[in-house]
Amino acid sequence: MILSVRDLAVTRGGLAILEDVSFDLAAGEALVLRGPNGIGKTTLLRSVAGLQPPEQGTVAGAEDQIAYAAHSDGLKAMLSVTENLRFWASVFGLSDIEPALLAFDLTELRSRMAGTLSAGQKRRLGLARLMVTGRPIWVLDEPTVSLDAASVALFAEAVRTHLQQGGSALMATHIDLRLEEARVLDLTPFKAAPRTRQMDEAFL
Amino acid sequence: MRTLLIRDLMLAVRAGGGFGLGLAFFLIVTVLVPFGVGPQTELLSRIAPGILWIGALLACLLSLDRILALDWEDGSLDLLATAPLPMEGIVTIKALAHWITTGLPLVLAAPVLGVLLSLPIPAYQWVVISLAVGTPALSVIGTFGAALTVGIKRGGLLMSLLVLPLYVPTLIFGAEVARRGAEGLTVQTPLLLLAGISFGVMALLPFASAAVLRINLR
Repeated sequence: MILSVRDLAVTRGGLAILEDVSFDLAAGEALVLRGPNGIGKTTLLRSVAGLQPPEQGTVAGAEDQIAYAAHSDGLKAMLSVTENLRFWASVFGLSDIEPALLAFDLTELRSRMAGTLSAGQKRRLGLARLMVTGRPIWVLDEPTVSLDAASVALFAEAVRTHLQQGGSALMATHIDLRLEEARVLDLTPFKAAPRTRQMDEAFL
Repeated sequence: MRTLLIRDLMLAVRAGGGFGLGLAFFLIVTVLVPFGVGPQTELLSRIAPGILWIGALLACLLSLDRILALDWEDGSLDLLATAPLPMEGIVTIKALAHWITTGLPLVLAAPVLGVLLSLPIPAYQWVVISLAVGTPALSVIGTFGAALTVGIKRGGLLMSLLVLPLYVPTLIFGAEVARRGAEGLTVQTPLLLLAGISFGVMALLPFASAAVLRINLR
């Protein structure tokens, strides 16, 4: 058991959106979060990644274990593909970026400026960043946005390799990655009940 | 930490980076002031230390919104926050990078531009010393302002309003060092106070900046 989430409640813009979410993630496991837009997948992932403190509940095992990939890739347009990757590798105390370039088919683009890449290529570079963090838990928010079918296959392969090496992945995605080992957690039942607020609280 | 500094410096000098923005503004101010004041060398040399300090301060202010806003926009700030770097370290490095790309060039350019303002000879060393001691405070306070307003669209105006009052003590003592130096008076008291402000904000504000940044990232 490397990640354990218990009775998590999260809020967005001060409104409770999810409550009593509990799940465990073991080494070699992948968990796919599903649910309609606005259900709170991103907020939940940000809470797990430690960016947003949960309203209630606990996230255990996340400390310094998580590589987080958000909607935006955190790339610098004026740095080349290798410079971007080297920076993140070195922030996480690693130096070898070749496997990541290979896995996401970026070797031919290596000296291009990140600003001149297409949206899909940028996304691939953003996902390649996960491989240079050396962290066991990948927390991915819509990782396949703007990827074509071939790139989605590359990404699924990278996740599979990561799982086989004892890592785990928690992701919010709408498309089927054909990962046999992935479990699916539908967040719809955890939607927070609308709360009737006290009068004075509403004016605070 | 060093990687982050190197990346920030590299981004600043590449095309579209902020390097030179503050310096160009400083140059414009000091070139235009003599035209505005007129050909009275005596008057000009009396206001020169103050003009150099105000120019440096505004030049610093001009580039503050780049410190954190760019990293916020492309998502790197979220990713840095989940990286194994302490937030206090990140904001310190950001302030240091801002000082190296903005404050340091201003310190070095000030004696050259002092000629245009007919700065009195004894004032040169004190202008340089006071700017060298005072501009780090401007960068650190500015990073705090940037952290407060990160995520606010076009927060530049709000940030200027928040930061300017905090800049006033640095300006008062910095300009006082330069003025006293120009008149051949002893500069010890304002210089010590200026150094005190610099070291004080360097020691305390990174914690405040990190705290507000954590809240703003939620």
